This record gives sequence, C-alpha cells and structure tokens, in this order.
Amino acid sequence: MGDRSRYRYIAPVALPTPGALGKTGAWRVLKPVIDYNRCTKCLICWLYCPEGSITVEEGRPNIDYEYCKGCGVCANECPVKAIRMVREE
Amino acid sequence: MSKLTEVFPEEEYILKGNASCPGCGAALLLRYVLKALGPRSIFVIPACCTSVIAGPLPRTSFKVPVMHIAFAASAATASGISEMLELRGREDINVVVWAGDGGTVDIGLQALSGAAERGHNIIYICYDNEAYMNTGIQRSGSTPLWAWTTTTPSGNPRPKKNLPFIMQVHRIPYIATGSPAYPNDLMAKLRKAKKIKGFKYIHLHTPCPPGWRFDSAKSVEVARLAVLTGAWILYEIENGVFRLTGPSKRLLDKKRRKPVKEYLKLQGRFRHLTREQIEEIQRLIDEEWERIKSL
Amino acid sequence: MRNIKVLTGNWAAAYGAKLARIDFVSAYPITPQTSVIEKLAEFIDKGELKAKMVRVESEHSAMAAVIGAAAVGARAFTATSAQGLFYMYEMVWWAAGARLPIVMGIVTRALAPPWSIWTDHADFLALRDSGWILLFARNAQEILDTIIQAYRIAEDEEVMLPVAVGWDAFIASHTAEPVDVPEQEIVDEYLPRKKAFSHMLDVDNPFSLGNLAFPDSYMEYRWLIDRAMNAAHKAIVEADREFGELFGRSYGGLIEKYRCEDANVVIVMMGASSGDGMDAVDALRDRGYKIGLCRIRAVRPFPVKELREVARTVDAVLVLDRAVSFGIGGTLGSEVKAALYPLKEKPLVFDFIAGLGGRDVDARLIERLALRVYDVLDGKTEVEEVEWVDINPEVVKA
Repeated sequence: MGDRSRYRYIAPVALPTPGALGKTGAWRVLKPVIDYNRCTKCLICWLYCPEGSITVEEGRPNIDYEYCKGCGVCANECPVKAIRMVREE
Repeated sequence: MSKLTEVFPEEEYILKGNASCPGCGAALLLRYVLKALGPRSIFVIPACCTSVIAGPLPRTSFKVPVMHIAFAASAATASGISEMLELRGREDINVVVWAGDGGTVDIGLQALSGAAERGHNIIYICYDNEAYMNTGIQRSGSTPLWAWTTTTPSGNPRPKKNLPFIMQVHRIPYIATGSPAYPNDLMAKLRKAKKIKGFKYIHLHTPCPPGWRFDSAKSVEVARLAVLTGAWILYEIENGVFRLTGPSKRLLDKKRRKPVKEYLKLQGRFRHLTREQIEEIQRLIDEEWERIKSL
Repeated sequence: MRNIKVLTGNWAAAYGAKLARIDFVSAYPITPQTSVIEKLAEFIDKGELKAKMVRVESEHSAMAAVIGAAAVGARAFTATSAQGLFYMYEMVWWAAGARLPIVMGIVTRALAPPWSIWTDHADFLALRDSGWILLFARNAQEILDTIIQAYRIAEDEEVMLPVAVGWDAFIASHTAEPVDVPEQEIVDEYLPRKKAFSHMLDVDNPFSLGNLAFPDSYMEYRWLIDRAMNAAHKAIVEADREFGELFGRSYGGLIEKYRCEDANVVIVMMGASSGDGMDAVDALRDRGYKIGLCRIRAVRPFPVKELREVARTVDAVLVLDRAVSFGIGGTLGSEVKAALYPLKEKPLVFDFIAGLGGRDVDARLIERLALRVYDVLDGKTEVEEVEWVDINPEVVKA
C-alpha cells in the first residue's frame, strides 16, 4: 500500500475524529439529566440519541456532555420519564 | 437488562461532535445504517446534508471510507466502485450510497435509474427529509403535498414522487422503506439487503427539525406519527413480492390508522393548512392504502 | 518482431488502452468517439482484455463511474467529445481535484449549436484550467503510444493527476494508417501494474475523500495540484524519452520541433494538420524561406520553457488556432503570447483562427499565411494580431 503518510498532502483526505466540528456540547440551551432512581436501563435513550453521545456503561446509559447537543429526544422518548431537560447554567 | 445491545452493536461508526443539527433524523438513521452494514463498507455521499454533517477537512465523522461526490453522480460513482471491487474479488465489501431526496428523486434520478437497470451490487439508501435541506429548505420532488418550503411559501402544490415504486419497475431484487422510529424494523431490512446480490433500494423517512418546523425533541415522535397515520408506509418488496412490515402491517384497515391531522399538527410546515387541504392529504393517503391492498 | 496493423486513430486508442491493461472503462457513445468504445467492448467480450465495462446512461455518469473505480485502485479509461465532455465537465474537474490518475481520450469535435461532428479544438482546450494534463496526438501511431505514456505520467507519484489525450475527429479518429502495435511484454516493462496509491479508499484504513474545506484550507489543495502539474513536465519528458528507448519512437516531449534550428519564422500548431504544416514548411524551405514548425503536444503543462527557447531566435511566430476564446483571440494563440510575454526580446505573434467546425486546414493554406507573415517582416503588408481565416465575405459584409 503506497506511502500512507503523504495522502494528506496530495488529495483532500479527512481522517475519522470525534468532535469533527468541535465540542458540540457548547450548542446546548437545555441539558438532559438522567434520574437513575427511575431509570430502568432499557437503553431506549441510547438507541434514539441522534448524536450517539449516550454510551452504555455497566448496562446504564451515560451522557457525554462534551458532545450532547441538548436536542431532547432522549427525554421525549424515555418510557418512564426518567430524563429531565434542565436549563444550562 | 436491556437486550437492545444484542440487536444493535454498541460501536459507533458515525462519531459524535459532527455538524448535524440537534435532533437530526439523518444522523440518527446513520447510526443504525452503519451499525447494520458494518465497517466493511464504502460509502458514496453526494451533495446533501451529510456532506456537511461529516465535518470539515482535515477531520471527518465517518469511521468508514467515504467517497464524497457531486450531486447527480452518486449512483454512477457507486457503480464504478462496485464493479472494480468485483473485479478484484472483494465482494465482502458493501458499496453503499447515502443520498438525500434531492440527489435521488431529482438531480440524481438518471444515474439511479441507470445503475438500477444495470443491476450493480449496491445498497442505495435515500434518506428523505422531503426538501433540499442542505441549501435551506427548498422544495424537492419529494416534498409532500401542501408543505411549506422556502420556494413554496404557500404550500407545495404537488404530491410527493413515489420513488420506491419507480424502483420497482427496474426489477431489482429488494426495495424497502424505513423510519427512525422503528429501528428494529430498519435493522432487519438492512441486514437482509446486505445479504442479497444485486441492486437494493432503501427509502428512509427522515424528520428534520429546522425544515419541518418542530421542536427537536419530537424528532422520533414525528416519525412515529407518520407511520401510525399511514402517511409513511413501512414495507419491503422482495423479488417483486410486496409485504407490509412493522406497525404498517395492521394499518390496512383505515379505522386503525390515526387521522393524518395527528401527524400534520406537530409540524410548522403544515401550520397554514386549510381544512380542505388536510382532507385532500387524508384522501391521498387513503387512496395509496387502497392501491396497496391490490399488491 | 514488429506487429503492423492498419488501424484508425480510434482503434489505435483502444489498442493503447488494452496494452495499458486498463481495469475499467465506462463511456457513453458520441460521434466520433464511438469506435473507441466499440473496439474495447470487443476486446473485453473476446477475453483479450480483462476489464469491467459499465455502459452508463450519460457522460456525467461515465466520468463518475471512472472516478469511483479509480478511487478503489482501478486503472480506468474513458473517451468522449464536445457535448459529452461538457456534460461531464463538473466531474472532469472532480477527477483532478480528487487526484485520480485517470486517462481520457478526447476526439475533438466542434460544439453545438449548430450541430457539427467535425474537428475543432474548443472542447479539448476547455479543460485547460481543470488540473488535467493535456496531451494532443496527431496520428494513429501517436494516439496509441500516448495513451500508454499517459498512464505512466498519471500514475507517477509526484504527479497523480488525470491525463486527457486529444486527437482530431475524422482526420485522425477515422483515418486508417499502418500502426506498429507494441508487444504486450514490452509495454508491461514500460508500464508496470498499477500500484496501490496513498489516497485509495480502503476499509482497513478508513478515511474520507472530498470533505468540506473552509476558506483557510481550500487553496492549499489547488496549490498541490499546481505543484503536481509542474512535476508533470519532467514526467512527460521522461515518459516520452523512455518510450523512445524501448519502442524506438518518441515525440519530443511537450513539443515536436520540425526544422526550427535556423528558422526566422516558426509555425505553432496542434493536431493532425501539423502534418500539413510540415508539408508547407518543406515547400517553403525549397523556396528558400527559413521556416520551421513547432507542434504543441502538451497543452498542460504548457511548454513555456520550450517555446521561449524557440522564440528567442525567431522574428515571428505564426499560430494556427482551431479554437477561439471570444473577446481575446485564438485560444492557443493567447497561451503562446502569455508564455512569450516575459521575454525581453519577443517575436511578433500572428494568431490565425482557422479550421473551426472541421474546415480544412491544408498545406496550401498554411503556406499562404506564412508568406503573408514574411511580407509583414519585409514591411510590405500588415496583418491583424488576430485574424479569422477565409470567412465567407457575404457574411462579413452583411
């Protein structure tokens, strides 16, 4: 395979990077907060997050606030209403 | 303990921190599509929202190889890639087009029709947000009847072009529709398509908060109502055999379909509708279901 | 062991592509290109060429398919003319911007309206800003040879740019001549199998090709193309020289000089009619005129250095243009003037627009124009800087 290191200096090549547009968490007006006492760990929030900024840690959903854009889909879809959208400080 | 992660692999191939709007239906669908088709895929993406969502040089949000290409060219570019991979015996690699409605139904239609007629081994996915969203919400051939767009400020006077049925007469082995509100249904279809050799066409309903004018939190809900009112029909056509899937299976009976008003009222792009217009939209939907009964 | 076949220019192109062991061809039929792709279809059908052919539904798709195939490592080929080239025009620029080593044959044809299928250089020259390397062949032998050379140049790691090889409609494309078809083994020596290149799409090392670039980064990609184009100068010269060593034929690199050594007037032209130009030179030399001919073989990179060297010792340059850039003059003539301008001592440049839409440019015409230039040098007459040759006087008067 040709000299890979040169490709950035030949063609318009872009490399996979999280945060391609920066820390999109800065876009938020409202922030989702999970009440883990109500959370049943169904992971529907993880499934429906358009950003993929919810990860599964030990079976629990975990929001990455560096990238969460505050869209509110997780809160809207949670079947037990365990997620509240609160104003960002 | 959720079984979801058994059906949906945890690994993300569309990385967070991309340029998609909050609540973007396309970004959500991409997560599913990439999970289903996996890392051994080469994506061809024409000019569309995703060209921007991917992010600016030198970074990209896609963890699979992507060939960005001009607006009208995606199906033809994919044709070249798939033929070459076949020549090299690399049929283990999926060649996937991920194109918006504009690049499929309008400017991309010629290349799509040609590629389908030639029968290349490609999965062509149209994510349909029902207007030229990337350029600022202008009307496309896929914009539904009476929807507001910037170029149809009083409402789009023509009904939506039915691409899946246009693809049907190309005699391709697999056609399916999908919705982000029903990811299980979508995953099953994508996994099926992956295993079929030939030209596969998948048409995905893609809610767009800024374009359809609704609160981003309702993105999945809007998609769900589209299906439950019968405005968006979930089906597949496998070797010419039509089959309803998911919740759409139950909706042949009009009484089981929610009135389309339930779907329209969530969206600002339909806010200006008169009663007559809503009735007209309802009638079109009912007619489409009648037609489906005969398939 | 020489293998002489009687081939038209188009068939010679197909043989060239076959010998170059292309992997992939995608094209849409247009007169006068059709026999190129028909011949390639025949080769593939007979199993003589192991390549995929995609019979697309438009030229735009032809270039898109070729781009797709090249991006995953194919040695890819296409061919077109005039309207077809312009239909695929946005994709042609895409190929150069994506730095894909594609080779395209252009059978040069006039642009409509009105419809014309005859030769004209406007279509070929419209590529001059695109980042494509542009080479023009004048006869069937050169077409075959240049297509093979083109892959060598395109795939050079310092270059990585697509190459268009042009030749004249009908005069070259459909005229049959004896052509020495090289042996496959020797071509393989000259042109090894295509190497994987660094920006080839690869599932084992995923990256994207062609993302968005903000103003702070776009310009560098264009600069890189320019650098590659400058590197192409050396690549073209070497490709031609090494071709000469292996096959016994070469074409002078970027320009072919004919009897220029002590010339005081040099004809500059491109394409099949250069042969007529050389006949004119011979006829005038017999009459004592010190005239030479410089055939432009490479339009991009433009042979600036080579032309300045020739121009340094001549009094006048006579450019024959089969293309015009309305509002400034002949297309080739404008380029020649731009190349020569920085010289402290410049020759006069006479730009004659002739032969558009396939109108004949023969030795007698060229002689006539050359004699007028000599008359200017002797102070006996004046000639406009840019002159359209033999326009119907009724039209001019109307």
